[in-house]
Amino acid sequence: MLTSSIIDQLKAIIGPENVATDRQDLLCYGYDATQMEFLPDAVLHPGSPEEIAAILKLANRENFPVFPRGAGSGFTGGALPKGGGVVLVTTRLNRILRIDTENLIAEVEPGVVTEQFQQAVERLGLFYPPDPASLKFSTLGGNVAENAGGPRAVKYGVTRDFVMGLEVVLPTGEIIRTGGETYKGVVGYDLTRLLVGSEGTLGVITKIIFKLLPFPEAKKTMLTIFDSIDGAARAVSTIVGNKIIPTTLEFMDHATLQCVDRRFTLGLPATARAVLLIEVDGDPELIEKQTAKIHEVVKPLGLVEFKVAKDAAEAEALWKVRRLVSPSLRDVNPNKYNEDIVVPRSKVPDVIRSIERIQQRYDIPIVNFGHAGDGNIHVNVMIDKEIPGMEEKAHQAIEEVFRAALELGGTMSGEHGVGLAKQPFIPLELSPVQIATMQSIKKALDPHNILNPGKMFPA
Amino acid sequence: MDPLKRVENELKKCVKCGACRAHCPAFAALQREPAVARGKVALAQHLLKGDITLDDQTYTAMSKCLLCGSCVEKCPNDVPTDEIVMIAREALAQQRGLTTFHQAVGRVIRNRRLMSFGALAAAILGPLFFRKVPATSGLRLRFPLPFIGTKRHIPQLARTPFLARHPEVIPGEPGKPRIVYFVGCMTNFVYTEVGEAALALFRHLGCTVIIPKDQQCCGLPAMSGGDLATVRELAEKNLAALEKYDADYVMTACATCGGALHKFYPALIGKKHPELAERIGAIAAKTVDAAQLLQQLGFRPGGTAAGDELTITYHDPCHLRTRNITRQPRELLTAAPGVALTEMEGADKCCGLGGTFNVYHYETSLKINEAKSAAIERTGAAAVVTGCPGCMMQLSDGLKQRGARTRVMHTLEVLARSLR
Repeated sequence: MLTSSIIDQLKAIIGPENVATDRQDLLCYGYDATQMEFLPDAVLHPGSPEEIAAILKLANRENFPVFPRGAGSGFTGGALPKGGGVVLVTTRLNRILRIDTENLIAEVEPGVVTEQFQQAVERLGLFYPPDPASLKFSTLGGNVAENAGGPRAVKYGVTRDFVMGLEVVLPTGEIIRTGGETYKGVVGYDLTRLLVGSEGTLGVITKIIFKLLPFPEAKKTMLTIFDSIDGAARAVSTIVGNKIIPTTLEFMDHATLQCVDRRFTLGLPATARAVLLIEVDGDPELIEKQTAKIHEVVKPLGLVEFKVAKDAAEAEALWKVRRLVSPSLRDVNPNKYNEDIVVPRSKVPDVIRSIERIQQRYDIPIVNFGHAGDGNIHVNVMIDKEIPGMEEKAHQAIEEVFRAALELGGTMSGEHGVGLAKQPFIPLELSPVQIATMQSIKKALDPHNILNPGKMFPA
Repeated sequence: MDPLKRVENELKKCVKCGACRAHCPAFAALQREPAVARGKVALAQHLLKGDITLDDQTYTAMSKCLLCGSCVEKCPNDVPTDEIVMIAREALAQQRGLTTFHQAVGRVIRNRRLMSFGALAAAILGPLFFRKVPATSGLRLRFPLPFIGTKRHIPQLARTPFLARHPEVIPGEPGKPRIVYFVGCMTNFVYTEVGEAALALFRHLGCTVIIPKDQQCCGLPAMSGGDLATVRELAEKNLAALEKYDADYVMTACATCGGALHKFYPALIGKKHPELAERIGAIAAKTVDAAQLLQQLGFRPGGTAAGDELTITYHDPCHLRTRNITRQPRELLTAAPGVALTEMEGADKCCGLGGTFNVYHYETSLKINEAKSAAIERTGAAAVVTGCPGCMMQLSDGLKQRGARTRVMHTLEVLARSLR
């Protein structure tokens, strides 16, 4: 519990209007997309890095935990105040500080909403590719802290690949800069890489320098329908094997298609068992050639239909199939666990087959879709929390899904992170020495375990 | 029974994904989680569990909603947050009593005679009491009352309300549709020109227009304060007035009134009072917006004597947008001779009025309105056109505070120009 003296000191640092202690406020900052809930003791809305530094210094002095939070849209509970303490909301730091069209970089504050940043750079003919599904509301700070991905990762990479430098308040309250504005730079340890994806356990991000690209001249969207999962999965490796890296290779399995069709009547052919949504971008002539080549190489793989969008409206219609997945899932069961395993591209059919077996063994509906291009599959374990025993069964099924991914040389999270949700499973993937190494880094930077404690590592 | 029990299942649908953060105008202005749908749903869930009570903080959180429905439209799980907020407000009103302001609102809108008298008094006396502000387009007044907000510009009231100007039944050509016109308070007392335009257009089409004298306020101002008893009383009176004539359509030229008849009566009064549900359903099924109906009846703006050239931009009222009436007004307007439409950025975003929201949270309402006015100005249009007299008042206020000369017009006014 925070004493009233600490609350007063916090009010002195950031202004009383930016310290919330009403129960209603606390309840509204105790959840995220995991639907777990923990009540903080106060919610802080600081307005500058210096204020954040002062809060962290006070936290070290008075020994209370600080939980950084962006939009609270995470899927693993990374920003949840488990055990109580203060939630530190970064959304007031929401300025795009500069977009440098000569050096193709931008400097932003962490509270900027991802889509707003994308639109701002696109107006200048530039491109910031990372596009997590939550881009309309998630913040860039959250994207960096969780190393968010998205469908375009297959060609462009994830958030990490665009972060050149950071300004960070360390857990002990010092402000440092890491990386910089140059593409090259090899002096000292790469703290930028360490901090990206550290889930708010090693520092509070207060500024980000992003690398930008020129906006691609054109793009082509294709919807390819296959009569088997294998066909769709082999299509992915065949396309890449033919030296074409699409921007997007989104995959939907039969269960997903049935789910969407039940609610929105897609009119897919009866033999459709899997769908790949493919997008290529770049030079207009090149993408014409690539589209033809893709058609040619996937034809022998059980192709049922190959649709190419003629214009933006048709492209949007093709994307609709993918966008309708989320709202359709509820019809299967009201609650879901959304896991995001990754396997090497060629192992996608194997992992889908394993998941099918797990689904049968546990008798729980599992719907798979996701970014086949980089082997990142969203495994949605659909449950009804009101059916006794179903939740426990789902946990066992999820553990088996992780094991299946790891056996195939994969990982148990591609873009959601560990947070609280995957914490118990970390030893499946990391060795005791790996975990100890990471913990020693945490200890060196945060000796009093103030910043986002209790996350990532097994309790 | 706790009113929130009625939405217990709806509350379970929210998975706290945060998608509503991208679409909520109140959240955009306030940037605090209790202001967004996800936060309000969480609070409603905790109210049901008994973790919090209906205290001042809960009241404040629940008051920060414009009931614009944009969160509902964009929610991946179809959580009806507007309905949940209204039911939470009902619970608050039941347990804590109505605020003085909402008591007054209820008293006034329950009594058409009092309203007419007050409006007449305001029309005559208003200019004496209110500071008159020199204006380039029409008379405008400035409320001197601190409660309403000293900066606010409000329109002058009509000396004769629309309902007092016309007979109850205006016969049309035989075989043509019979339309019952639900006028609404804003048109009746303030923007009577909207009513006149509606009348002219439907008479032009040969329709019989029926304007029942005993129609009342739709009740939405009371609804937004959680005063469902008043809404029920008004709904019953309106049902009786609208059922009196056998008509093909119940027509509204006010998005909000249309929303009340078409959506909120069934959702709030119908579900709560099953004995009224069937009658409410029958009226809801007949309720159409004027622009929708004009298009349905094959109205072609054209005529021989079109008005001067007019550049316009169109603002989507929330209560038309949430009923998918976005295409029809645009198609009619662009077909009108001499009218050129330029789309503004965020045409579908709420103007910030939100029933009584703009009284309780005037500064926030103004902040939402500022973005809207700026977008309107950027189009360079001479007029902003919309289908809701409530929005018209709010847009006028915002534009005048910016010193913009943009006119505010109703869709029907623009269309009626071609009849002259």
